[in-house]
Amino acid sequence: MKQSGKIIGLSGPTVITDAANLSLHEQVKVGRQNLLGEVVRLEKHRAVIQVYEDTRGLCVGEQIVAMKTPLSVTLGPGLLGMIYDGLQRPLAPLAEAIGPFIKPGPHLPPLDMKKKWDFKSSLEPDTQVEKGQLLGSFQEGSHEHRIYAAESAEIESISANGMTIDAPLATYKDADATRAMQIWPVRVPRPCLDKKRPHAPLVTGQRVIDFLYPLALGGTAILPGGFGTGKTILEHSIAKFAEVDIVVYVGCGERGNEMAEMLNELADLKDPWTGKLLMDRTIMVANTSNMPVAAREASIYTAVAMAEYYRDMGYHVLLLADSISRWAEALREISSALEEMPGEEGYPTYLASGLASFFSRAGVVQTLSGDIGSLTMILSISPPGGDFTEPVTQACLRACGSFLMLDTKLAHRRHFPAINWQQSFSLYEKNMIKYFTKEVDPEWGELIQRCRHLLHEEEKLLEVAEIVGADGLQDDDHILMTAAEQIRSQFLSQNSFTEDAFSRPPETCGRIKKIIADFDQAMDELKAGNSKNNEELTDNRE
Amino acid sequence: MRLSEHIYKTFTHIKTHLVFVEKVQEVMLGEIVRVVMPDGRQVEGEVLSIDDGTVLVQTFDECTGLDIHHSAMIFTDRLKQAPLSPFMLNRIFNGSFQPLDDHPLYVPDKWWPATGYPINPASRERPRQFIETGISAIDGLNTLVQGQKLPIFSCAGLPAKEIVGDILQYARCPGSAGSEKGKFVMVFVALGLTHHEYAFYMETLSRMQTEFVAFINLASDAVVERLLAPRFGLTAAEYLAFELGYDVLAVIADMTNYCDALREVSTSKEELPGRRGYPGYMYSDLASLYERAGRIHGRSGSVTMLPVLTMPEDDMTHPIPDLTGYITEGQIVLSRALQSRSIYPPIDVLPSLSRLMQHGIGEQMTRKDHRSLASMFYKHYAKGRDVRVLEAIVGREGLIGKDAKALDFADDFEKEFIHQPGTSRSISHTLDVGKDLLIRHGLETFEDEKPETEKSL
Repeated sequence: MKQSGKIIGLSGPTVITDAANLSLHEQVKVGRQNLLGEVVRLEKHRAVIQVYEDTRGLCVGEQIVAMKTPLSVTLGPGLLGMIYDGLQRPLAPLAEAIGPFIKPGPHLPPLDMKKKWDFKSSLEPDTQVEKGQLLGSFQEGSHEHRIYAAESAEIESISANGMTIDAPLATYKDADATRAMQIWPVRVPRPCLDKKRPHAPLVTGQRVIDFLYPLALGGTAILPGGFGTGKTILEHSIAKFAEVDIVVYVGCGERGNEMAEMLNELADLKDPWTGKLLMDRTIMVANTSNMPVAAREASIYTAVAMAEYYRDMGYHVLLLADSISRWAEALREISSALEEMPGEEGYPTYLASGLASFFSRAGVVQTLSGDIGSLTMILSISPPGGDFTEPVTQACLRACGSFLMLDTKLAHRRHFPAINWQQSFSLYEKNMIKYFTKEVDPEWGELIQRCRHLLHEEEKLLEVAEIVGADGLQDDDHILMTAAEQIRSQFLSQNSFTEDAFSRPPETCGRIKKIIADFDQAMDELKAGNSKNNEELTDNRE
Repeated sequence: MRLSEHIYKTFTHIKTHLVFVEKVQEVMLGEIVRVVMPDGRQVEGEVLSIDDGTVLVQTFDECTGLDIHHSAMIFTDRLKQAPLSPFMLNRIFNGSFQPLDDHPLYVPDKWWPATGYPINPASRERPRQFIETGISAIDGLNTLVQGQKLPIFSCAGLPAKEIVGDILQYARCPGSAGSEKGKFVMVFVALGLTHHEYAFYMETLSRMQTEFVAFINLASDAVVERLLAPRFGLTAAEYLAFELGYDVLAVIADMTNYCDALREVSTSKEELPGRRGYPGYMYSDLASLYERAGRIHGRSGSVTMLPVLTMPEDDMTHPIPDLTGYITEGQIVLSRALQSRSIYPPIDVLPSLSRLMQHGIGEQMTRKDHRSLASMFYKHYAKGRDVRVLEAIVGREGLIGKDAKALDFADDFEKEFIHQPGTSRSISHTLDVGKDLLIRHGLETFEDEKPETEKSL
């Protein structure tokens, strides 16, 4: 590789070079150990490089090599079941190569270059294909990994079995061959024909979400909460139980032990919808809090590019990121190292626009081949001090479609998932109620009203009870409070370590129906003057 | 790689711990330098940044007496590294890994960088098995698990020091069979100690029965050394765990002094201050310490971390406890209210939490009934605490029978289960104390002790 220049300055993760022929956002290899970096600023005789790895030990005078491409991911069959770092380095092969600690070292290919794949295609040579047309597919675990034509051309030859991912699958008379593997710049959204309105729900298996704050396929949701409110456990539960084809899970600046836990669970558990191994539908990106911050910033883009790739095959993809605050903090660290003008709380002023454009990569799309695919995002937020007025939560609130507020008080009462049922919202609610009313139960919408009403009334009664004492309440109040308590403890809360961790919409509906029917019955009996029954109910409350 | 040390005398400016030298060729980021003062004294420092031959160096110690024209800087061509050897056991070092105990340094077996390397998430083994601290409120209800990081949140004036002393004395690692003793060692890092605390800890260390390595940084020592000491401590812990196969418990006290040192150094570098003046990268910096706890596939040892911090103004949303809580796996919270009722250790079990507890308890690890007993303790104690609020309004006489019973239980639970001055309990003893309380108050019945329950009613 040709040397482009030398290191002339070093400061934290930034390197200054005298290399002249660089372009903005181009990738470079830095120093003897070939650390990966990106050009972030250009001046007439020097350039500033943001290095994605630990820069300690770099020496002035070491070489800089330009790579001529922006930060990119490798896409192709074999992504599913892998665990990568924020730069798409495969972590399991890396551990095999250099041991359990991550040190600067070999650059391993993200995908297995030697593995042979069987390509199934019904196309014959001399057929004219259009850009985006399906050429054929690989069998990747339980998924059909579809390959599409990159250009409109006439096929010269088309290959079949035993293909490595860099071999040409189809050659054309007057265009470049199509290969299984492709390189895509992570910060560029993959193209689609059209973006559609979200219309169908993404069933998470969490009753409080599916029932009160439903999420749509192609939608975006945020989960802000202070520490100990169960963000990660909720994200893990959704990753395990959501009704989607593919899950991309990003551990962005969070704990290493959690990733180990997740890996273990995915390897053991089966997808409740299809009965297949969960690991077969999951890609993990792990850039834990002690790994370099610049790679943490890149990690969500690496993940979203892979997610879009599967979306383009007509799959429903769910991207979970834990947590977007750590991404924003990485952005802040980088920005401050570059001595940019700080905005609110030191975050760069482009935080909000950056987040908004990231959110806009979610959606239901008509792919280039005309299929429908979707990318849904659920992002957790870790507001400092649990204070939701901070810039990251506020910027996300403006861009997201669903706000699931995790409540410290509920968490302290061991009510999980600790989603607050007063301040959360979902903009998809109306459409999703329509869907559930049609598909699951005609009373769905009405039940939601009844459930909300009971919780609301309980809130008022609790205030009254605080003044007059529980004994000062009327009999009908007691019945209402019993019902509301049942909703809270048996319906809204779900223990993620038991069988109850996952609930299908008909079960969800059945459960709330029963609680409300019992409540109605108790009220009727009270009205009928059946005081004996009433006493029993009051006792049950204890 | 250079063949000799380089000496430069081209100082341009000096600002407390920061020294600028110009026209330097071939210098490495993070390189260790020695600054030679006009009177011949030498101070170590580290290269922070380089710009076109001008090098910014941060010194690890006071530079009083340094001047621009008669001082020299020696570039050593190496990074900050820890001298490691099995002989470091039972030794006491300062924050720069120099012996404090009047014995010479051993011949190092390995040199590892002080900052360590991140553990590959794919190589991590999930934490399991428990470490017995001897404190019932921790072992019974917020069990510490090997490979976990579990901080103690204290407030000024609460006996965090004594609790650390007890843990150093009594903590043990019962091994996988529950009886067989594993290879267990403690790494103790003390940061910013006053002389009073120093005397206390030195006395504790002299009575230690477990093997240990101690790193002591005094309040009067250089601030930069306070940032180094925990890194050296954890490098030593990683060496003992992953190279020699020990189960290591690293106790670090007090992280508040660490964070304040970080703020001080950051401000002197004229970095942009974040919340409460702490640098914006404090989360990542703390994570680079806390995340070094863990277990690794195919290695027998483990690093478990128990950092102690003091919450300024007793405020859990202060950046230090807040960022710590976001990284660690739970927290042990000390309470002023318990302290005022002379409960020792004053651990409030309600806001305390060990997230990994479920991986360290149960049959083969602690006891079969641990899980169910712990949730009973928690349930009844929480109920009693709720009633205590009510009692403040209606008075004890105004309570109905069930509530009064819960309140009595909470009182006795604090006095007999949580309170354990100067003693250590085995996990089985801890569970029995709590179980007896449940039976005595008639709150739960157990198959084998039913008659006794009825008697107490």
